[in-house]
Amino acid sequence: MAEWFQDNGLLLGLALLDGLSSAGLIFLVAVGLNLVFGVLRIINVAHGSLYAIGAYSAASIGIFLSGRGLPDWASIPTLILSAALVGAILGPIIERLLLRRIYAQEEVVQLLVTFALFMILEDVQKLLWGVQPIHHDTAMRWLGTIDVPFGADFIPFTNYQLFVLPGIAIVTLVGLAWFLRRTLTGRVIVAVTTDREAATAMGIDAAKVFLLTFTFGAMLAALGGALSSPTAALVPGIGAQTIVLSFAVVATAGLGQIEGAALTSLMMGLGRSIAVYFEPELEVVVPYIIMVLVLLVRPQGLFGVIETRRV
Amino acid sequence: MRKIEPFLALLLAAAMITAAVTAPWLRFVLTIALAKGIAVIGILLLLRAGQVSFGHALYIAFGAYTVAFLAPRYGDAVVLLLLAAVGAGLLGLVIGLFVTRYRQIFFGMLNLAMSMVFYSLLEKLYHYTKGSDGIRVEIMPIAGQTLDRVAYEWWIFGIAMGLAFVLGFLIRLYLSSPMGEALAGIKTRETRLEFMGVPARGVLLAAYVMSAMLGGIGGAIIAMTSRHVTPLLSYWTSSGELVFIAILGGAGGVLGPFLGAAAYELVRIYAAASFADAWQMILGAVLLLVILFAPGGLWGMAARVMKGRAQ
Repeated sequence: MAEWFQDNGLLLGLALLDGLSSAGLIFLVAVGLNLVFGVLRIINVAHGSLYAIGAYSAASIGIFLSGRGLPDWASIPTLILSAALVGAILGPIIERLLLRRIYAQEEVVQLLVTFALFMILEDVQKLLWGVQPIHHDTAMRWLGTIDVPFGADFIPFTNYQLFVLPGIAIVTLVGLAWFLRRTLTGRVIVAVTTDREAATAMGIDAAKVFLLTFTFGAMLAALGGALSSPTAALVPGIGAQTIVLSFAVVATAGLGQIEGAALTSLMMGLGRSIAVYFEPELEVVVPYIIMVLVLLVRPQGLFGVIETRRV
Repeated sequence: MRKIEPFLALLLAAAMITAAVTAPWLRFVLTIALAKGIAVIGILLLLRAGQVSFGHALYIAFGAYTVAFLAPRYGDAVVLLLLAAVGAGLLGLVIGLFVTRYRQIFFGMLNLAMSMVFYSLLEKLYHYTKGSDGIRVEIMPIAGQTLDRVAYEWWIFGIAMGLAFVLGFLIRLYLSSPMGEALAGIKTRETRLEFMGVPARGVLLAAYVMSAMLGGIGGAIIAMTSRHVTPLLSYWTSSGELVFIAILGGAGGVLGPFLGAAAYELVRIYAAASFADAWQMILGAVLLLVILFAPGGLWGMAARVMKGRAQ
């Protein structure tokens, strides 16, 4: 064991750091999906498209502004603002024009409407941004790298991935928990999640809550995409990859659970990056293995609440 | 409507054969449509129980790879079809024992997880599967007869058509049997079903194994027709496509999946030929229009036309 650690210690350290930063991104996307599912009871397949559009828009806006003399330090706020913009534009459009029409329909129909939207948006991306990889990493380069002490050695790692990604994820987690538990709007959202009928009977405007939640979820998806854009080249298909991973996180965490989503994202992020460095064949499989194991022990998800059976 | 279903099926078959005779390239498209239609009957069974599998592409891919792997050794289409059906059924039994403990989103996501695990195994175990390049399938003898290409393609088309009729007929019998009727009970109120002494899990498991076998058969025909298998057969978007076809055709009767599959494949081919970059968008738009304006799918549309005429 000690010998193994001596040989592979650095690799393990790198895997942990990588896992932490990817867990941050997974969390941002999955928590948005979970929130939307909790309130609207719709599994939004197009959440992955919002992620991809967030990433592409952030890169395009960044490239455009850099060309017009935007200072490097402003590139991180630009990422966040472009994500907010994407969510604020697309969220209400999708909720008002499409989802509103199908709230009364069966679950499978709702799922398919978002699947259809996913297919449409997938081609919209290709038409707008083409199929060539797009890369814009000013934000990551501006922050530079840091030598992380690990045992007797140092691991060079980018500040962006080490501090910014997990940092924003933690701020989001804490902020969201505070918002949902301590503010009136947040409590209204929780009330609708727990019991939609009782909440509307008490005079809560469900339509408004739906619109608000969906827009917020769309912003989180776009934020995940925007923050991921400096770390990797953008290619078609990133939305499809992201959404399946987020599905796994949501089902494993339990529906409507934020802390559960955070813990699950961490497990899956770390599991996946450890697999990348030691057993690359298993990379894609790891999240699903975690999911199956968790659901075997806790069929309602890690933090899920068992629903009473209706007779 | 149920009474004239066999008559409509003959009409559809006649139309397909006419199309295949007049345009040889349509023969290929329609064979694929028949294969997918067979697989979609399986989705229909689960939909009866109110469950959406977002992972049935797993069984299609399993059937297809069974053919690709075993064709060089037991190169006979009839033997391979049997092997694919039995193999997929066994796989469905093993996975079904696990996933039928879950409902709704958990059922859907666990199926998705299984198909994604299979997808990554196919992609990563390059040594056996040739990864994303896929495996070519040579023209194989059918029931001991070695055939040239055109005769072979006609035979596969004929086999697909024959199987569609036989399996469609059997599933129709099954759906009107007590076990098939119990599926609807799982959808409306499972607890009551159990109070009546019907083992809900067993009912669902039987349907699940059947749906897996149908998927395996469909996959085998697809491999024999396209003569090239790739891991994409198992990707989650392929599973989405199956649910798409089920809703497009309408969940009313066993003819629905074939109507849906034929429409789906034809729209896809024409859309891809005329708008190479936007065929997904067109399919997505068609799906949205069907859901929003023709909730019963093509089958429902046909039913309404018939009823109008009867009055």
